Amino acid sequence: MSIPLSWYLILAATLFCIGLYGVLSRKNAIAILLGVELMLNAVNVNLVAFWRYLNPAEMAGQAFAVIVFAVAAAEVAVGLALIISVYRRQKTVVADEIDLMKW
Amino acid sequence: MSAEQILFILVGVVILGSALMVVTTRKLIHAALWLVVTLFGVAVLFTLLRANFLAVIQVVVYIGAIAILFIFAVMLTRREQMEKGRQTRPNWWIPALLGALILTGLVVLILNLPGAERTALALPEGLDPVRALGSALVSPKAYVLPFEVASVLMLAALVGAVYVATVDKK
Amino acid sequence: MNFLIWLLPLPPLLAFFAILLLTNKKNALSHWVAVGAAGLSWLGSMIVFIKALGVEEFGKHIFESSINWLPTGADWFRIGVQVDPLSAVVLFFVAWTVLAIFVYSIGYHNFGQPKGDHDIAGLQPHGATVEEHGHKHMVPSIEPMYARFFAFICLFAFGMYTLVLSDNLLTLFVGWEIMGLCSYLLIGFWYGKKSARDAAIKAFMTTRIGDVFMLLGIAFAYSFSGSLSFRDIFQPQMLQGLASTPAFFGLSAAGVIGLFLFIGTIGKSAQWPLHVWLPDAMEGPTPVSAMIHAATMVSAGVYMVIRMFPLLSIDPHTMTVVAVIGSFTALFAATIAVAQNDIKRVLAYSTISQLGFMIAALGIHAYVAAAFHLVTHAFFKALLFLGSGSVIHGMEHGVLHTGKHVDAQDMFNMGGLRRKMPITFWTFLIGGLALSGFPVLTAGFWSKDEILAEAFGNGHLVVFIILAAAAFLTAFYTMRQITLTFLGKARTNAAEHASETTWTMTIPLIVLAVFAVGFGWVGIPEHFPALGGLLPNWFHEFVGGTLAEQPEAVAFSWVPLITSLVVALGGLFVGWLVYRKVFSPAEDRLQIPLLKNKYYFDEIYNFLFVRPAYWVAETFSSLFMDQTVIDGFLHSLARFSLFLGNIFRNYFDKPVINEFFGDGTGNVVKASGSSLRKIQAGRVQYYMVISLVLLVIFAFLFYFLKRGM
Repeated sequence: MSIPLSWYLILAATLFCIGLYGVLSRKNAIAILLGVELMLNAVNVNLVAFWRYLNPAEMAGQAFAVIVFAVAAAEVAVGLALIISVYRRQKTVVADEIDLMKW
Repeated sequence: MSAEQILFILVGVVILGSALMVVTTRKLIHAALWLVVTLFGVAVLFTLLRANFLAVIQVVVYIGAIAILFIFAVMLTRREQMEKGRQTRPNWWIPALLGALILTGLVVLILNLPGAERTALALPEGLDPVRALGSALVSPKAYVLPFEVASVLMLAALVGAVYVATVDKK
Repeated sequence: MNFLIWLLPLPPLLAFFAILLLTNKKNALSHWVAVGAAGLSWLGSMIVFIKALGVEEFGKHIFESSINWLPTGADWFRIGVQVDPLSAVVLFFVAWTVLAIFVYSIGYHNFGQPKGDHDIAGLQPHGATVEEHGHKHMVPSIEPMYARFFAFICLFAFGMYTLVLSDNLLTLFVGWEIMGLCSYLLIGFWYGKKSARDAAIKAFMTTRIGDVFMLLGIAFAYSFSGSLSFRDIFQPQMLQGLASTPAFFGLSAAGVIGLFLFIGTIGKSAQWPLHVWLPDAMEGPTPVSAMIHAATMVSAGVYMVIRMFPLLSIDPHTMTVVAVIGSFTALFAATIAVAQNDIKRVLAYSTISQLGFMIAALGIHAYVAAAFHLVTHAFFKALLFLGSGSVIHGMEHGVLHTGKHVDAQDMFNMGGLRRKMPITFWTFLIGGLALSGFPVLTAGFWSKDEILAEAFGNGHLVVFIILAAAAFLTAFYTMRQITLTFLGKARTNAAEHASETTWTMTIPLIVLAVFAVGFGWVGIPEHFPALGGLLPNWFHEFVGGTLAEQPEAVAFSWVPLITSLVVALGGLFVGWLVYRKVFSPAEDRLQIPLLKNKYYFDEIYNFLFVRPAYWVAETFSSLFMDQTVIDGFLHSLARFSLFLGNIFRNYFDKPVINEFFGDGTGNVVKASGSSLRKIQAGRVQYYMVISLVLLVIFAFLFYFLKRGM
């Protein structure tokens, strides 16, 4: 017996929700980015699973996944640069303390 | 229960377990390392899905570059007192609840999806996934445009990151 | 000729404007302008009069000229001038007396004298100190408002000419009112004196009462006949129509109109009961008294009645009223005149009395006699007034000379003036004899005799007796006046030092005296013993022709002749007899309070009319109605709106609109803003939680909605 598609999808969904939890509940800004990485990975899993199960001849799924890789990399680079820059100013990386754009 | 399924379940447990560790562990450096484990597990998953190239890319880019970046960032922004005390915000149960709800919703959706029970078909004869992916990425009839845009995006990210992180030298 | 008639009133009017606007500051120029204007009008009047004499049956071929003036629908209202026999003789005496008075005024207001020491415009001049031969003495000073006086009398002359020459009731009324105005201005000429101001108002108000009725009469006449011109009203059919239409008070229309017009005359000619203004009008300068109260204004009232005679004579009730009032006034005023001490007051009451004669004559249909007496009276009364002015001037001179201030007008301060002021004396004597009706030689005799003859001859015995009694009193008080003033010895130092007045004053006296003597001879009745028939009764022929039917001369009778001789000569003799021995008011037995105080009519009117009028104006209208009721109402309205405003402001505007809506909205926005802004916490995870919550909610909503469908 092979693995049903739904297993992959459920796995991806769970990974996604764990990432979401991490994003929403961690204090450290870098920890939030870790959560974002988890979510992106879940998306990738989803994409590849659909590629394999629906139409492997069509490379759209993988191409999309490649793009997601690129985006994730770029985002992490910029995000970490920002966090470091903020750390230099505010001397903190706790997300709740970086609230200058409040009312 | 075939071998694939057992393998899948094992990999699944690894991935989810380490993901949980990522979001709950106290020390940030540990979280980063647990992330590496998760990424490995996802790479194995890709291999299971016959996306070999992506598995390799996952390891090289994600673990080799991004996770390293994370570790650098953690080390650069370290403070002693930061890692004492709670690492999660107060009211952490809201995101937990939210996540549970969304998970429930998604699961229900997935289970009701038509064709969710299908199994993987055999790959077509003569399909070379890597070669196909390569030509898809550069073929004008295919996905060269997103590819190029992604490169521009990377350029922008590169420039932006350098600029943001530069220290003003007076 | 007709064109000339239009021009006759013009010179005085132009002189009025010229003096007021141009020559106000120059005295000599002003009086030349005025006298010149009077002279021009006199010349024109003489030409017209002589031309009129030359016309055969003038009454039927009168000079007239009229123009279309007001468009009244399909027709026109015409105004114009006319000269018929009546207005010709009236024009004659108006022209002469006006000219004489104008010339007299030059001397009266002391032209050529220096300006006074303390003279102010508005008060009588008080004399100037001159240095002569080393010692100072006072001389009469020139009137400060000299030019103004001449301007006013020019306007007055204009009014009279307009009245005499008009051919319709409207312009007659215009002239009437102009003279009313001028009498106000001139009586109150010395407006600084309170008594003069009061007298002016009294004159105007009293004549006003008459004028209102007259206007009503004119309006009634117009509404009935559609025209106001004499020719139209005196058409036989029109008169018939007026006579047969019944109107108010049981009279016919003609009677009512006549009665109302007559009431105007009662006011203007100072008949009882509206006589109270004339004695007070003596406050004005003497030329004014002569003009208004002898020559022109009061005669205008009589002239108007004579003019409207065809209308008046229709209704016997109106004629009775006329005769009663006339004869009563004649006797009434004569009784008051005997107790007056002021030289001008005597003459004032004498005027009222003589006017009563004329009115009574008209009341008994003695048309020609009334007109005759009007003309002769104008001459001798003007003469008497001007003479009294001359006397007062002489006395003033004496007052200034002696320095002691006595009333220059009180006869009991005079005496023996015939030696000091001969011309004045003789002319005054002539005038006084004319007034008394001295036989043959004076004009007054002929006219008065004719009235008495008409009264007796037509059987109006009551009128005859009353008029005869009045004539006796007239002669009596006239002689009293002459005796006290001119005869005997001077009773005060001022009288001792009186002197004759200048030629500008005495020449007019002489001229008027000539007329006072001679004018009577144009009206000698045909059947008069000895003298009748020597001269034709020109006056009767001429003036009688004015009416449609020539009135018949009354048959001669000895009774009225003897009566008039007796009363005239007797009155003169008794007056001289009594008063040559009287030297002070205490000795004068006729100083009865009732007579001296004019039967208390002034006090009665004051009580009956003046005080209530003041009460209505001051207390009722002003204080009660105006201030308390109306102002009170307005104030309470204002207070109410203030109160309402307060309520609206404090109970609605502020709490509801300001605070609830205005501030409230602001506060709500502020509060909601200040609470809602806390959403923007600046914490990213917080934002994400919120958006995910909403996402979940919407996802559930959509899912279940989809499921439901």
